[in-house]
This record gives sequence, C-alpha cells and structure tokens, in this order.
Amino acid sequence: MLSETKRITFAVLSALVIAASTLAQSDASQQNRTGKAGVFAIVGARIVTVSGATIESGTVVLRNGKIEFVGANVAVPAGAEKIDGKGLTVYPGMIDAATNMGLLEIQQGMPGGVDVSEVGVMNANAKAYLGVNPHSTHINVTRVNGITTVLSFPTGGVIAGQATLINLNGSTQAEMAVVPEYGLVINFPRVATGGGFGGPPVDFNEAVRRRDNQIEDLRKMFRNAENYLRARDAYAKDKTLPYVATDLRNEAMAPYLRGARPVLFTAERERDIRAALKFAAEFKLKGAIIGGQEAWKAADELKKANFGVIYTNIYNLPVREDDAYDSLFEAPSKMAAAGIRFCISTGNDGAEVRDLPYHAGLAGAFGLSREEALKSVTLYPAQVLGVDDRLGSIDAGKIANIVVTDGDLLDPRTNIKYLFINGRMLPLTSRHTDLFDSFKDRK
Amino acid sequence: MKKTITYLLLCLLAISNVASIAVGQSTTVTLIKNATVMTAAKGTLENTDILIQNGKIARIGKNIAAPSGATVIDATGKFVIPGIIDCHSHAMLDAINEGSFSVTSMVRTRDVIDPTDIAIYRAVAAGVTAANLLHGSANSIGGQNTTVKFKWGHPAEDFPIADAPPGIKFAMGENVKRSNFPAAAGQSPRYPRTRMGVIETMRDAFIRARDYKQAWDDFRAKKTKVQPRRDLELEPLVEVLEGKRLVHAHGYRSDEHLNLLLLADEFGFKVATLQHGLEAYKIAPEIAKRGTGVSIFTDSWGYKLEAYDATPYNAYILWKNGVVVSINSDSDERIRRLNLDAAKVMKYGGVPDEEALKMITLNAAKQLGIDKRTGSIEVGKDADLAIWNGHPFSPYSRAEMTMIEGEIVFDRAKDGQRRVDMARERETLEKLDMNRAPGTGGGPPRVPTDRIRGERDDAEYGEGGNR
Repeated sequence: MLSETKRITFAVLSALVIAASTLAQSDASQQNRTGKAGVFAIVGARIVTVSGATIESGTVVLRNGKIEFVGANVAVPAGAEKIDGKGLTVYPGMIDAATNMGLLEIQQGMPGGVDVSEVGVMNANAKAYLGVNPHSTHINVTRVNGITTVLSFPTGGVIAGQATLINLNGSTQAEMAVVPEYGLVINFPRVATGGGFGGPPVDFNEAVRRRDNQIEDLRKMFRNAENYLRARDAYAKDKTLPYVATDLRNEAMAPYLRGARPVLFTAERERDIRAALKFAAEFKLKGAIIGGQEAWKAADELKKANFGVIYTNIYNLPVREDDAYDSLFEAPSKMAAAGIRFCISTGNDGAEVRDLPYHAGLAGAFGLSREEALKSVTLYPAQVLGVDDRLGSIDAGKIANIVVTDGDLLDPRTNIKYLFINGRMLPLTSRHTDLFDSFKDRK
Repeated sequence: MKKTITYLLLCLLAISNVASIAVGQSTTVTLIKNATVMTAAKGTLENTDILIQNGKIARIGKNIAAPSGATVIDATGKFVIPGIIDCHSHAMLDAINEGSFSVTSMVRTRDVIDPTDIAIYRAVAAGVTAANLLHGSANSIGGQNTTVKFKWGHPAEDFPIADAPPGIKFAMGENVKRSNFPAAAGQSPRYPRTRMGVIETMRDAFIRARDYKQAWDDFRAKKTKVQPRRDLELEPLVEVLEGKRLVHAHGYRSDEHLNLLLLADEFGFKVATLQHGLEAYKIAPEIAKRGTGVSIFTDSWGYKLEAYDATPYNAYILWKNGVVVSINSDSDERIRRLNLDAAKVMKYGGVPDEEALKMITLNAAKQLGIDKRTGSIEVGKDADLAIWNGHPFSPYSRAEMTMIEGEIVFDRAKDGQRRVDMARERETLEKLDMNRAPGTGGGPPRVPTDRIRGERDDAEYGEGGNR
C-alpha cells in the first residue's frame, strides 16, 4: 500500500505526465507542422559558421526569421527563448541544389501525384513553383535530417522548365519560396549512343547528328524568343506596328535572355559541358552546370564563363568499366583542386534528398577535406546559386535556417536536436517518426 | 631452343600461378598488426593483431610475433571489420528474372554468374566479401539463389560457397502482380494479378510439392511400384518442406508477408528471410516468434506505393523484438556504402554499434547459414576481412584493403598503381589506327554496347522500373 503522501505525489506526477504528453501531442498535431515563431537564443554551443572561424562556445540569436547575432560574447536578449547548447554544435541548414522535391510523391504506380515532366520538348513556362506540393511527406522527412533549402525543378524534354528555390517549411508555396522562379533548366543535348533498356545502340555518327539537330532546335527557340521580345518591345513603343499576341513560352524566356536569371544546364561529359558553355556564351547566359561528372576536365572554360557546378554523381556508378572505382567519389576533390566553384547535391526526386550529408561525406572519404565537404552542402550551393547573401552560413542578417546537432553534421550517426527554418523552431517529426510511434510498442 | 625452353618454363609458371589461385585459399601467413578490431561478436579490441594461416583466422591478440615468412600488414590507426555480407544482390548475374511462369523454381542463378563483372571489384573495394545472389522478383516463386564470396580474379566455379545451404527466391506484391509493368500489346496478363492470386499460386505449388514428395516416399517405402518422374520444378520445393532449402521472400506490405508466414506454418517450414520487408516493423512479434530473419534497406522508401509505409526505424523495432536483421543493397551502386547504411540505424532508434555492424556482417551470415565460417572476426573462421582507414561508420572513411580467406582481393595502394598502368595502356590503344577519330584516316569507330542489366531485380522488365 502506498502511504498518503506518496499517493498524492504519485497523483500529482501522473497529472503532470499526462499534461506533458498532451502538450507533446498538440505540438505534434500541428502538421503541416510549420513550427513556432519567436526569439531564440542558442547558448553555449559550438558554432560552425562555415563562412568564418568556428566558435568553440558561443551564442546565436534568431529573430524575425533572421540570424540577429552570432558570436562568443553575445548577450541573450530579454524575452528570448533560451536553448542550452552545451555539448551541441550549430550548423547552417544544408542546401540541395538539384532535386524534384514536391513535384512527385511516388514515382512508380501513382501517376496522380507525379508532376515532374511536361509534355513536349521546350517548356520554359513550366514552373516548378506552381507544381510543388507544400504538403508532400518528403518535406518533413528531408528537413529533419538537416536539409533546410532545396532547388526543385522539372526534368523532361530539352527545356525542362523553371526551378524554384524553397525552404522546407510553409503551408503555401509563397511561404516556402526563397526565389519563386529561380532559373531555367535545360537538359543540354548530348551524344547518346546507348539504346537504353533493351533498345539497339545508335550508330555514333547518327547520335552526333541527333545531338546537333537538338542543339539547333534549342538555338531556334532562343532566337525566336529574342525576335518575339524585340517585336513586343517595338510594339510597346510604336502602336502602329503589328500587334504581337502573347506567347507564354516565349514570354517565359525573357528573364533568361536578358541575363536577369540563371540558366542551369544538365551535362556530364567534358565535351557536353564545353558545348553547353559555348551555347551559353552565344546567348550571354549566366548559370551553372548540373551533373558535372567530368567538370574537372573543363575547369578552364567553367572558370572563364563564371559557371559553377552542381555535382550530382556521388551515388552513381562510374560510367565505363575501366574508370577508377572511385572516380565519381573523387570528382569533387578534383574540382576543388582545379578551382571550380562547385557544390554537392543528391539529384534525387525527393524521398532520398535526406541523404545529402552522406553524399558530401563520401566525397570527404575520397580526397575532399572535411571543411570543404561541409561547405559543399552549405555555403557552396548558396554561392553557386548566387544566394549566399541570404543563405549558406551562420552570419548576422542571413535567413535563420539553423540545425543543432550532437555531432558532425555529415555523419550518419549524428542526431539533429533542434531545427529552425526562417527562424521558426520546427518539431523533429515526419511520416517516419509517426509510423515509428504507432508501431514501436506493438506486442 | 633456349628461348623455347624459357617460354615453356614461363608457361608452366603461369599455369602453376593460376592453379594456386584456383585453390581459392591462401597458403601464405599474414599478420595484421596493431589495428582496432571490430569483431561483430566479442566487441571492439584496441591495438590488436590478427594472425591468418591457411586462409583462416588463427589467432587474435596483442603483440603476436610474426612467424617466419609471414606478410606483415601494419594497421596502426586503422579499423578491421569482418568482410561485409550483402544478403540481397544481383551482381555477377547475366540474367535476373525468368519471369515467364509464376513458378520457376527450376532455374538457378549459379548458371549465369559472370566472374568478370566489374560490380564485384567495386564491391570488394567497399569491403564486401560475400553476397546472396538472388533471382529477381517477377514471379511468386522464382529461381534458386547462389551464396558466393567475391573472389575477384578467380574463375566462376570458385565463387559459390560450397557448404552454404541452398535457397530459393519467393516474391509478393507489385512486382509479382506486374503492377508497374503491364503486359505488352497482344499479350495477355500473367496470373496472378492480385495479392490474393499470389498467395494462392504459392499454396498450389506447395500442395503439388507435398503430393510429389508423398509419391516418392511411397515409392521408396515400396508402397508403389512405378518410380515417379523427376520434377525439377517441385524438387526444390520438397527441399523447402524438408527444411533443406532456405526461402528468401521479397515483399513490402506486412499483410502479404504475414500471409506467407501463415502458409509456411501450415506446410511446416520456416521462412529464412523476408527480403525488403519495408513494413516488417508492423508485424515484428509475429516474425520474431517464427525465428524468421528480415533483410532490409535502412531508409530507402517511397519509390512505389508499397514502399510508402517504410520507416528507417524498421531495423530498430525488429532488433528490439529479437529478430535477426541484415541490411542489404539490392544494387551494384548501394553495395558500395553498406557501412553507412549500417551506421544510420544507430541514429534511427539507437541500435548499438556492434549490433549495427552485425547487420552487414554476422546477421547476414546467419540468415544465409554461413555463420560457422564467416561474418565475424573469431578464431577458426575464414579470414574474410576489410581494413578501413578510419571508423567504418564515419562518412570520411574508406576501405583500404579487403581479403577473402586470407587472399587480398582489393588493395587501394595497388589500385592506384594499376590506374597509372591503365592510363598508359589506354593512351597506346587510342593511337592505334582503328581507334583514330572519324575523318582522320582511321577506320570507323566501334561502339561498345552497354551491358544491359538492371541495377535492381526487376529492371529488365521496363524502363525506370528498377526496384
């Protein structure tokens, strides 16, 4: 029998436990779980700013969605929610610059949720911003592993469409967007001799012809759009000229032809990368290469063109049987040595974007320094995308996308302890923790 | 004359060289010095030596003196783990699916293994030493698997592990129903097309196998006079009924895997492994009760509908329930990073590090019935080892050397030298007339055909369908 005091204590404790668990539940039920706003101060943590020196023990203050202060001797503002960072490490959120996040839920067998590839070959007006599902389960699954921002883009045809740069939190696209219409993605035509699944291989010369024709079609698309814009401008100034009806595809090309936004070319082999750069020079386009298996071989022209590389080949097999077994693990270190601006991305459609840190880690096992490996998924993608004024490091004034861990960010054994996107503290829950909670105690 | 003799001698040498390799077991003595040894059986041992004799682990301890003539490998600062075992692979296979019938228990993957597949080398370069080469998942009852060691450089017959118990592939769900691979125009769909039909196909096969066994039992007991005709389809299933052949059952949903477990109960056999089992965590107690193993991806999910209820906490829940769990690749790409897949389960739920290591070594060996000879670092076991330049669960680590039965099958230092040689060879070859670029006086270029093979088991059946 319990004594009276013990019984009362027990009752009070039980009530507390129930209250606490109810709280936890109501927190968790805030799905799409956009978290809570406030002023937060992470105190006494190791701070890996990435852009500058690591602070062994310091404070980061987040307010109004931005990083307000960072430093070794920063006072905690009145009213701030204090987070004890002892033994923890603070990193900037990771950025994956090559995904199809939110554009497809299940690739196989569920066409209703697949919006990744439009009909046709030239789709400059296919805008990922309008197709991304803010409530895709991939979003929570990804961010709880420390990835806070992704570039998401369509895949089909030659001009695949426009990429959107989003933070992985928000109930609407607008709440998520960093740059709604970020850039144009072009699958740059290549010499493809492989027949694919069961198909006969194509004759090399025929494959070259096909590639040349496709590039010519792409060139025509650009020239037509130029002419269209010229005619529109002329009509705007002089209404006696023939009226030019709106053409959405040509219209969508305007910011790219005017150099206002970047063009991203998917290209793997050296000759294709050089060809893409030549094309970009012809139309004075700015941008980057996505893929980049052999980018290190084209360092001279990449640097001359001021093009960065979004490298997506860590989880790919070497192309040729006699390639070194680690050739694609090693490529980032070769790019670093050649002075190419690059970042590492998954190139994944959504479900496995959460593996981004391990892509970088593997590059770290094969020649890239640990510091560079970390930068390759934080500051470098921000630089390649030209948004390093807002993202990619822990500096005052940047967007408060912050990850707090109990270990090395790129190590698969590391646990994420706190997560902030746009300064909101997010619950560390996802479809996967929900399923875990539902079944972990089943007897 | 002298030249001829020299030539003959060289030939003889070459032959004897090949012969010594073909024995498949190194006769040399090797001593690995001063390593951190993660045994996958008895914890992690610091500053420890491993003595290897006749392809076996002869001694494990500190300050072991090198026997005369021993090759000494200084592993100071390095980690030694048991060779990684992949319980679900299609490497080396020139064909994966005999998908024509719904029951193809008569076919064997060992008839189509290719010892020159570069996937082997890429796997040993990541510390993998053994694999379960499974038939694909296109039909309810597929073909017979082959348990191999990746003896790169050896002829095909050296790869299968002679005393590994035989096994067979079963499959359930979308691949079997051909959900994502509709019949071509003019072809009628193959039965079954529903999960109802899949389990009935299996039931029918086992009823036929039971009758077939009865016919033989009766004949052997002289109750009947005419010897039954041999049936290569049913013989392997009789072996399953007799507990002599392991069943490896591909599936995703918990309900269909449970259907199979109940069918096995009914026919009195045990299922060795549920393969993939992305929802196995939902029926962990039922699996544990039957002693069935589960071989999973740590966190691959969402690539098709039946993979949508996956959770990376699967390994933890199964392990907590006492299920023997292994982590497999099912992919020539993923096989190169099984160490990181094992590391992840420490985060998802908190599986201890030695248990995580077992999921890519000893547990896979147990599931394949080869744990007496491999899967952990213990005296008397085969010297199947991988030496890493750092902790194998760190993303910054890489395999430096891999050995199978004491023979080095991967050595990163030598690989580096070989690259230089190959680059030189390539340069020479590219200068040959036939390899000159078109229009520069050479002959027409020959375009090599890419080998057509799926990454994952059902890839052959349709574009993009690689899982």
